[in-house]
Amino acid sequence: MSAENNIKKNPLSLQVNMDDFIPATDSEKEYMVQMRPSTTFFKDGVRRLIKNKVALVSFIVIVIITLMAIFVPIFWPYKYESMLGMVPGQPMDASFNNLRPMEYSVTEQAKLDAGEKVFPHLFGTDAQGRDYFIRVVYGTRISLAVGFFASLIVLVIGIVVGSISGYVGGTVDIVLMRIVDIIYSLPDMLMVILLASVLRQTLDTALVGTPFEKVGSNIISLFIVFAVLYWVSMARLIRGQILSLREQEYVLAAQTAGAKGSWIIKKHLIPNCISVIVISTALQIPSAIFTESYLSFLGLGVNAPMPSLGSLASDALNGLSSYPYRLVIPAIVISLIVLSLNLFGDGLRDAFDPKLNG
Amino acid sequence: MSDGTMTKQTGQPIISVKHLKQYFDISDGFLGSRPLKAVDDISFDINEGETLGLVGESGCGKTTAGRSLLQLYKPTAGEIFYRGKKIVTKSDIAEFRKKATMVFQDPYSSLDPRMTVADIIGEPLDVHHMYSSKEERREKILTLMEHVGLNSEHAARYAHEFSGGQRQRVGIARALAVDPDFIVCDEPVSALDVSIQAQVINMFAELQEKMNLTYLFIAHDLLVVRHISDRIAVMYLGHMVELGKAEEVYSKPMHPYTKALISAVPVPDPKVAKANKRIALTGEIPSPLDAPSGCPFRTRCQYATEQCAAEVPEFKEVESGRFCACHRLSEIN
Repeated sequence: MSAENNIKKNPLSLQVNMDDFIPATDSEKEYMVQMRPSTTFFKDGVRRLIKNKVALVSFIVIVIITLMAIFVPIFWPYKYESMLGMVPGQPMDASFNNLRPMEYSVTEQAKLDAGEKVFPHLFGTDAQGRDYFIRVVYGTRISLAVGFFASLIVLVIGIVVGSISGYVGGTVDIVLMRIVDIIYSLPDMLMVILLASVLRQTLDTALVGTPFEKVGSNIISLFIVFAVLYWVSMARLIRGQILSLREQEYVLAAQTAGAKGSWIIKKHLIPNCISVIVISTALQIPSAIFTESYLSFLGLGVNAPMPSLGSLASDALNGLSSYPYRLVIPAIVISLIVLSLNLFGDGLRDAFDPKLNG
Repeated sequence: MSDGTMTKQTGQPIISVKHLKQYFDISDGFLGSRPLKAVDDISFDINEGETLGLVGESGCGKTTAGRSLLQLYKPTAGEIFYRGKKIVTKSDIAEFRKKATMVFQDPYSSLDPRMTVADIIGEPLDVHHMYSSKEERREKILTLMEHVGLNSEHAARYAHEFSGGQRQRVGIARALAVDPDFIVCDEPVSALDVSIQAQVINMFAELQEKMNLTYLFIAHDLLVVRHISDRIAVMYLGHMVELGKAEEVYSKPMHPYTKALISAVPVPDPKVAKANKRIALTGEIPSPLDAPSGCPFRTRCQYATEQCAAEVPEFKEVESGRFCACHRLSEIN
């Protein structure tokens, strides 16, 4: 056998080299029949999402901003509402007002000279001597909270109305969709401003004594405005999805098994349009933040000592020529949040719903 | 039912359908709507332990008949009896759901892509609360999977990871979950390739024997139906035109439509095939929205007379256990 193999072969020979054909060993066979681990739809989507650099970076930016908004106010030495020049029992120290970034007031400078440590004012202070950095951080926290909770409200109403309308159909569908059409046809901005100003007054009296008093009637009225106006597109979207999904045979199979409508919606229809729901919620958040910002800018947003990015920008208009950075900083933060949420939402859409990409 | 050729013992009617009508309203422009008569006055019995094959061309109402039989649609008219008890109220239907299930045609769309196989099979158990503990549920699901020849390690997998044949097995296991007496099989093999068809059909036969099941087997493949059925019903345009024992319907079709249908079955032996005369039907099946008057088949029937246009032929028993709806039955045969 070995003698045969040693014969030098003609390079042009078509004779098959038998050494290339050896039986597979057991371990090799095992390797071939190895089953691919069961991947779920979710894992698949996450894998695609991680591959998308833009979405990944946006996600990291969102996470950093959110973590800062949550944790920085906890250990920051200054409070968003405390005017640093106002110490009880002492005359007002005006040198705290309108500090430029990294500048120190007279008393702080004296402490520094005496060798004590003073925490710097990263973005300076505002006209009332409040640390501007913590106000921006707190404003971000408010804006993010409004964006998140408003989207949550929109999501819940949208799912309930959309799935009932889509699954039940008939008269129910017609009535619900006409309501949606009516809300759709109203001019958004006008309604938002009208509702916000009307609700503010009624809520002011209604909220006294409740835990919501501290949150402020303005934020509550913002949520109500969102709840009343912005669920319609979500409801339409979900209705459309459910209209097509309910014709699937697995829905019929569940009906054959005796499942009720609520069961079918909960177990089959919503899980199957979850990607669409998640994506449009992710895209809803920046639009809510944006709406909150311009409402605050118009003076219809959060209550006075509490900052939001929009009200910070609005306040900055007064000293625009001397302190332009007070407008630029919140504007950059808004842009950063809205941009990265939008890009992340797009990434989510590409990863979880390639069909929707258009 | 005392025929010697019959191997299976079939008993009393388990399902009786009397004058079932299923119309759908099709909106017609702005205001009006007109009925689409998908199933128009059919009556038949299905006996315990038998397989009734239901054949007919596409759009003739086979699937609708199966679904309205299971009360998935609200029948326009007619009565359905389960073991002699008429199904009327919601609680009747809820009870009926535990005894009558369905296997679907499309193994792809009939399984929820977001559920694992175990959850798909366990869904009827969940709906009817048919277990007392998680272990019992798991135990039941694994037993069902074993019945249909699935491996227990498939339980945690998703439907898209399976081939068509395996998916159909999952669908069958789901239909068996509530331990039913009666299963409507809606073209369960037409989406599968031929070698898998044979496996699945043989499995249906085995399960029937093992679990004492009764099938309504809907199909358009006549050879498949002949193989599995004890009796065969032929539908045309929402009407039932012939019903009888499988072998009799094949060897001695009575209704002109059945004759044409049987003659179209390909025969593997070329000599026999040559000897058989193919009855070619002319024309298309009429729209059920605009069905012909009288006998539904008269527009394509070579024997049609004026009487056929005037009167709907009665679906009557012509021999023992043999039903047919034709005015000119005695002249044709």
